[in-house]
Amino acid sequence: MALFSKQNKEVFTNPLNLDHPILGQVLGICSALAVTAQLKPAIVMGLAVTVITAFSNTIISIIRNTIPNRIRIVVQLVVVAALVTIVSQILKAFAYDVSVQLSVYVGLIITNCILMGRLEAFAMQNKPWPSFLDGVGNGLGYAMILVIVGAVRELLGRGSLLGFQIIPDACYDFGYVNNGMMTMPAMALILVGCVIWVHRAYFYKEK
Amino acid sequence: MEHAISLLFRSIFVDNMIFAFFLGMCSYLAVSKTVKTSMGLGLAVTFVLTVTVPVNYLLQTKVLGPDCLAEGVDLSYLSFILFIAVIAGMVQLVEMTVEKYSPSLYAALGIFLPLIAVNCAIMGASLFMQQRILMDPSNSQAITSIWDAVVYGFGSGIGWTLAIVAMGAIREKMQYSDVPKPLQGLGIVFITVGLMAMAMMCFSGLNI
Repeated sequence: MALFSKQNKEVFTNPLNLDHPILGQVLGICSALAVTAQLKPAIVMGLAVTVITAFSNTIISIIRNTIPNRIRIVVQLVVVAALVTIVSQILKAFAYDVSVQLSVYVGLIITNCILMGRLEAFAMQNKPWPSFLDGVGNGLGYAMILVIVGAVRELLGRGSLLGFQIIPDACYDFGYVNNGMMTMPAMALILVGCVIWVHRAYFYKEK
Repeated sequence: MEHAISLLFRSIFVDNMIFAFFLGMCSYLAVSKTVKTSMGLGLAVTFVLTVTVPVNYLLQTKVLGPDCLAEGVDLSYLSFILFIAVIAGMVQLVEMTVEKYSPSLYAALGIFLPLIAVNCAIMGASLFMQQRILMDPSNSQAITSIWDAVVYGFGSGIGWTLAIVAMGAIREKMQYSDVPKPLQGLGIVFITVGLMAMAMMCFSGLNI
């Protein structure tokens, strides 16, 4: 089987458009909303989740035939928890300020429904390589939403992107004011609602 | 006593799991279609929270924390794995109880009952508890004893139940509304939760 056969490519690209984990399957919303007040933690969170989905998918898919069916959830949780512990220690060592900003949400990757959902729905039935691609695809789809919402919230809420000021001082002199509402939790929900609206409007037209 | 009451009210209204931290959104969105199932899941989550937070509190302070097991041993990096194991075990227990005593509720909750194990609200409460142990005892959010942990777990569960029951009621009414087609279902629910969160923000200065 070729590494990038047509089937494998579909496995990789489907979660990026129609089967999007957040917009289509409504998984993993909790952390998506909480870490998006600024762009930088959103990007780090997206990367962390991509890495963890990819590797947990691969590991579970390698050992899928040896897991007794009754205790599979516990086995999956332990694999995910071990990976999350590793990622959280790496973040603490190399990106301490971001890890403080993310606080409990790094630990909460364990309970991110995308992980459990993909492990149950895909990795338990498929070979390691497609599982890896599926994990990367879903992780990137998740990261995409984080980056969109994070960018909008930081731009409108603080007038900056990644900490650099985007909106020139001249605008503030004319009376432009940052929308403080955007940094509040409530606006994250409404923004995701709007993203879902646009996504559905676009894809339902195609059908 | 005063501290416990303040902790209870803060965890229900100010630090509400749904509106302030977005924890447990997955099952919140999926199960909140009617008031009845919302109430059932809310109570199950409250029960699991009230039990797991104190158990994890004991684990953290007696086993995992610095210098607890032996001088110079700090096992707190194991906390993720141990916390999730405690939670998964508790959920199994609740699942068996509900199946025995209320089969109709068991059928209505379906897959979301075992999924309480991966409900972020449960794990989140334990992780917040872990942070709050280190806080200054005079802080109204600090958790200094096992009773505080019980109160915090219970309060977070009640806050979550309140949020999901309110959402269930709104969604029951919303079925009769004329919502734009692409916004139907999930989109409008998100925007409603956002508006509810905005309303809950007025509690943020609450201090007892």
